[in-house]
Amino acid sequence: MSVHTLSVLVENKPGVLARIAGLFSRRGFNIDSLAVGPTEHPEISRMTIVVNVEESPLEQVTKQLNKLIEVIKIVELEEREAIERELLLVKVRADVDTRSQVLDVVQLFKARVVDVATDAITLEVTGNSDKLTDFLKVIEPFGIRELVQSGLVAIGRGGRSITERTLRPVPVPVPQAG
Amino acid sequence: MTEQGATGTQVTGAQSLIKSLESAGAENIFGIPGGAILPAYDPLYDSKIRHILVRHEQGAGHAAQGYAAATGKVGVCMATSGPGATNLVTPLADAHMDSVPLVAVTGQVGASMIGTDAFQEADIRGITMPITKHNFLVTDPAEIPRTIAEAFYLASTGRPGPVLVDVAKSALQAMTTFTWPTEINLPGYRPVTRPHVKQIREATRLILESRRPVLYVGGGVIRARASRELRVLAEMTGIPVVTTLMARGAFPDSHAQHLGMPGMHGTVAAVAGLQKSDLIISLGARFDDRVTGNLDSFAPGAKVIHADIDPAEIGKNRIVDVPIVGDCREVIADLIVALQAEQDAGTAGDYEGWVKFLSGVKQRYPLGYDTPEDGGLAPQYVLERLGAIAGPESVYCAGVGQHQMWATHYVGFEHPNTWINSGGLGTMGFAVPAAMGAKVGRPDATVWAIDGDGCFQMTNQELATCTIEGIPIKVAIINNESLGMVRQWQTLFYGGRYSNTDLQSKRVPDFVKLADAYGAVGLACESAADVDATINKAMEIDDVPVVVDFRVHRDAMVWPMVAAGTSNDDIKYARDLAPEFEEDDL
Repeated sequence: MSVHTLSVLVENKPGVLARIAGLFSRRGFNIDSLAVGPTEHPEISRMTIVVNVEESPLEQVTKQLNKLIEVIKIVELEEREAIERELLLVKVRADVDTRSQVLDVVQLFKARVVDVATDAITLEVTGNSDKLTDFLKVIEPFGIRELVQSGLVAIGRGGRSITERTLRPVPVPVPQAG
Repeated sequence: MTEQGATGTQVTGAQSLIKSLESAGAENIFGIPGGAILPAYDPLYDSKIRHILVRHEQGAGHAAQGYAAATGKVGVCMATSGPGATNLVTPLADAHMDSVPLVAVTGQVGASMIGTDAFQEADIRGITMPITKHNFLVTDPAEIPRTIAEAFYLASTGRPGPVLVDVAKSALQAMTTFTWPTEINLPGYRPVTRPHVKQIREATRLILESRRPVLYVGGGVIRARASRELRVLAEMTGIPVVTTLMARGAFPDSHAQHLGMPGMHGTVAAVAGLQKSDLIISLGARFDDRVTGNLDSFAPGAKVIHADIDPAEIGKNRIVDVPIVGDCREVIADLIVALQAEQDAGTAGDYEGWVKFLSGVKQRYPLGYDTPEDGGLAPQYVLERLGAIAGPESVYCAGVGQHQMWATHYVGFEHPNTWINSGGLGTMGFAVPAAMGAKVGRPDATVWAIDGDGCFQMTNQELATCTIEGIPIKVAIINNESLGMVRQWQTLFYGGRYSNTDLQSKRVPDFVKLADAYGAVGLACESAADVDATINKAMEIDDVPVVVDFRVHRDAMVWPMVAAGTSNDDIKYARDLAPEFEEDDL
């Protein structure tokens, strides 16, 4: 099994997410993570899907995704050629005694404190999944009260854009008589 | 009156829907009204579109399929929300599997009611997502013309398939303007029809290099209307041809190069033709498990050229050496040009030994059946005679099971679009409504539904539609009073324990009386001596439907057979009889 990151440009229409989720479940493909959001074009949304498949099924995944009418384009982002980010919000136990130690970890990982209570502190960390895993390993001993993590988003390196495209319409066919 | 396509006419959403269907070229709609779709039926009353009021929505869907398969046009069916829509699920799934161009229009509860579990509400768009090429929910009446234009475009282009348009009742009732669009804007939909030059060149090279090539012809050749081109390609190269269940008629059964149908119940020659080939040239076929048997041992020595309009089919089941994405007609036309150029330059393939080997197999292992010793009627004989008397110009629709396999083998097909059946989904009950649709599409052709007694009892209510709407189809019930194919498996794999396959349909119902009750002519036949006379009598009746109850021997089995999950090498041409190949000939 190997992990692949797919950037999928889709028409921003209701039901698209259901279509894609349904396709993955029906064809027996595994999704590790999925993130959806708007793009610089209001009519286009972008999904970043991390799939865990063998090499040959990956081709099937992209071909089947491409068959969906609302899928405009699929690009596989190679890890080395792309910036990958996940966002983590975590509520850590931190009282007067441990708070400064937690803040040390925050500094080390360039995390941010987004909320403080008397017995806990909420942190925000972004990074690739390795960084988040490392961060959690270090913060875990303090006591994690609650944790929420986003799906992975990714963008290719360099100046090119995957959303450059033509939206050329086609003429409506005239029905044949008879 | 406003011209079709005129802009900015003030109409109701319902009027806009019917105008849109007219503009899209719909001539016939099979359907049943109900609450949510009711507004659309009012303008339909005045429309030039013929609406055929069926007795069950499943019948509407299969009829639209039969119409589409017989004519190549888009079939249209209509139903109301909830149960009306869910009754279309089977035909939609069927059309999806067999790539039938279909547009289904369903009513939905009013937009403000959606999601409230309103009366007759079902999320038909959600339900049909995996079994349609695409589907729409329309709540804004202004979107109706564009959506219908897109639906017809999607259904009929690329790999054809079913498209469902669910329209909220509120959108049908609201006022809107009707403007038929001139452009379609589907940025994610760009089917490739022109094959790549490099792939054609590569395919040509493999074809010339191979010694044991076979043309593996699938339903795509029929949908692409490529039969003529196929024949040219086959005859110029001399390469043997197999036609799958979906492609029967794409190449004449009478042609010397034709080995017949491959697969689980394929002819020995067709199965051997694939299994022992060194090059499979797949044209609009999809390496379905019913063709390949156990994939690991399927055609182990063969390279594969796989041409299909759907890139996702290429390499899905079998690794491919030369993938060609394109419309079959264009692919074959390009192959002809490339191979002709080679022939003109003096290069042609050498397939002599292979052709000789396969004609030997074809001769040694022809299709055959035993005449029952007890004087019972052999079902194969009925279909042989039906094919001979009704002829290759007739259209034949089948249900699913033994009768379907006997029909595909024994009727004898010479033309495309004359064999209509449920291949991928295997929908029992397909035949009668599909024949009804085919007859509407081709009123001058004789249309036979070949049905089993089990299948017939699933959808025969459409005989009422046929009688009342003046659609004189003919039905041949191959009545072995069983769910015959299941019974055959019970005979072979369950030690003859016939659990729940005995339908007793020679006793109940009385099919002749049933036909009579439906205003059709009912005939019965139970001896070989009467078969011709009965078929001739049925052929003479052309004003009402005819139902013939062929009461056949119940123990007849479908041969040849490759047992499910086993290798095609283990084909049996009769029970416990395996063919012997003289491979020295190769």
